[in-house]
Amino acid sequence: MSTHFLHTLNEWPPERVHDLIYSRTTDQVGAALNSSGHYEPENLAALLSPAAEPQLENLAQLSAHWTRQRFGNAIQFFAPLYVSNFCCNGCTYCGFNQATNNTVRRALTLEEAVAEAQCLASQGFGHILLVSGEDRKNASPEWLAELTHRIRPLFASIQIEIYALSQPEYVRLISQGVDGMTMFQESYNPKVYAHFHPTGPKRDYNNRIDAFERAAQAGMTFLGLGTLLGLNDWREEGFYMGLHAAYLQKKYWRTSLAFSFPRIRPAAGSMPPPYPVTDANLVQLMSALRVQLPDSTQTLSTRESPGFRERLLYIAVNKMSAGAKTTPGGYQQATDAEAQFEVADPRSLEEVAKVVKSLGFDPVMKDWDSTYSKA
Amino acid sequence: MILPFMKPLVIAGREFRSRLFIGTGKFGSHELMRQAIEVSGCELVTVALRRVDLDKNPEGDPLISKLDPNKVVIVPNTSGARTAEEAIRIARLARAAGGFDWIKLELTPNLHHLLPDPIETLKAAEVLAKEGFKVLPYMNADPVLAKRLEEVGVVAVMPLGAPIGTNRGLRTRDMIEIIIANANVPVVVDAGLGLPSHVAEAIEMGADCVLVNTAIAAAADPVKMALAFSKAVEAAELARQAGPRAPRMMADASSPLTGFLWKE
Repeated sequence: MSTHFLHTLNEWPPERVHDLIYSRTTDQVGAALNSSGHYEPENLAALLSPAAEPQLENLAQLSAHWTRQRFGNAIQFFAPLYVSNFCCNGCTYCGFNQATNNTVRRALTLEEAVAEAQCLASQGFGHILLVSGEDRKNASPEWLAELTHRIRPLFASIQIEIYALSQPEYVRLISQGVDGMTMFQESYNPKVYAHFHPTGPKRDYNNRIDAFERAAQAGMTFLGLGTLLGLNDWREEGFYMGLHAAYLQKKYWRTSLAFSFPRIRPAAGSMPPPYPVTDANLVQLMSALRVQLPDSTQTLSTRESPGFRERLLYIAVNKMSAGAKTTPGGYQQATDAEAQFEVADPRSLEEVAKVVKSLGFDPVMKDWDSTYSKA
Repeated sequence: MILPFMKPLVIAGREFRSRLFIGTGKFGSHELMRQAIEVSGCELVTVALRRVDLDKNPEGDPLISKLDPNKVVIVPNTSGARTAEEAIRIARLARAAGGFDWIKLELTPNLHHLLPDPIETLKAAEVLAKEGFKVLPYMNADPVLAKRLEEVGVVAVMPLGAPIGTNRGLRTRDMIEIIIANANVPVVVDAGLGLPSHVAEAIEMGADCVLVNTAIAAAADPVKMALAFSKAVEAAELARQAGPRAPRMMADASSPLTGFLWKE
């Protein structure tokens, strides 16, 4: 039981994963479609493979079946709360990266962050995600613990998406009421990872991978995984997401897992993705993970357009953000501070919820309770 | 009988070439039991401690002396125990008297249906695992209990397929499926398996191993039946390694969900 996911990764070097995916046949795709509902590395590889592309509608149908069976018609909403865009990392694709000279930096004071949280609570959000750059000065674990303590009564669930912490730091945050942690590995391929993360603490691939287990061992209820789609072959990254989730699910069986699918969109001034991911690719990726790991939550953020997000509700998505501002302090006033990414769906929570309802889904603002937090 | 290219089962670091374990109760004679075990190629048997006189040298016991410890792992079971305390006591006695350090936990407070007490089983498993026993718990097909037992250090879990002794097959199939999908230790389906097709089904769905007693011991010809069970287990395991083709679940759909991708 004392193994780590790094050991599992050693069994699956990128070359092996690549060969497995690109050697899958139509027959193997058929077999994988027929044994959906549980995870098998070979079947996941088949569903992610080019050989599965002609079967995309069948795959999406199956994904829709599992999504409805596990989540019914409920769609959970959440909002990110950016507390600081200071960052000492050098992720070459990110608007917050330390080398970006013209970035307007802002870190909220405790009072400002509480005010932002109150603003989100008054809009109706029951679930929030505290987001920060790698900023141990302004958004230290102690500061985040204090913030969580202050805003705990306002929310059903408070999750974090920040830099990698030590296990005692996770314990500390959990003790103040944090119940979930999202962390994007960005890429599971060590070479790709090294290329895009040249400087800063985030350079340490192993430390980031291990953070999931430190959080789980600390007692985190919700764990969110994701890769930054566009940095590398999405098929390989999808395979690793499944491998990682299946590993965590078996070992930390009291923990609930979620996948996110942030995609680099070609935009003026920003880095063009070396491995662009089309809409069809993203549908294949999400559907493949849904039929292999049907219990995991799938989140689609406001990086995606309203039309695409609505289509995906039918296929795989069961959680989404709305009305998101990706600048610290952005909920209460317009700000010059740099946004982490361009929002493609600028609609308010109220507007999105209304559309979701009209499509036959139930927009859910509260699906957890502070009673279950360990605060 | 054992095919050389079959992947062995590993429990607590020990390799087993046969995925059929046999219980030693209910045979018409010790000799029939011996023959049945031998013909099947079975490498792990369970023995009820209540049938063994622990005050005497266990090797001289008429039942145990029929078993070749070089060929089979002898696993005492605690049948008759109704509390964790009783099971722990008898396990310690077995180790002291015969050096047995594998133990099958059977905690069945109701002596009619012999269903396992999950709470007492978990308590006993925790204590015995800490004392270095290789604990094999007989349990109801409860996925959460399986994980709880795994956490306290059992070396395998043994969910029942149907009420013990009923020969009814995999009645708990849906729960065992979840147990298999989540287990980090081998899953041995124990109890209720009555026919070779039942054990084949268990192995085909992904169980690592099966344990059979009544269906073999109480058959008109236990030796022939033991051979039949071992062939079924072997066939199913071989088929699993060969990669079966599943029947198709769905026809080709038109494109109501993905048509939008190609329109713009």
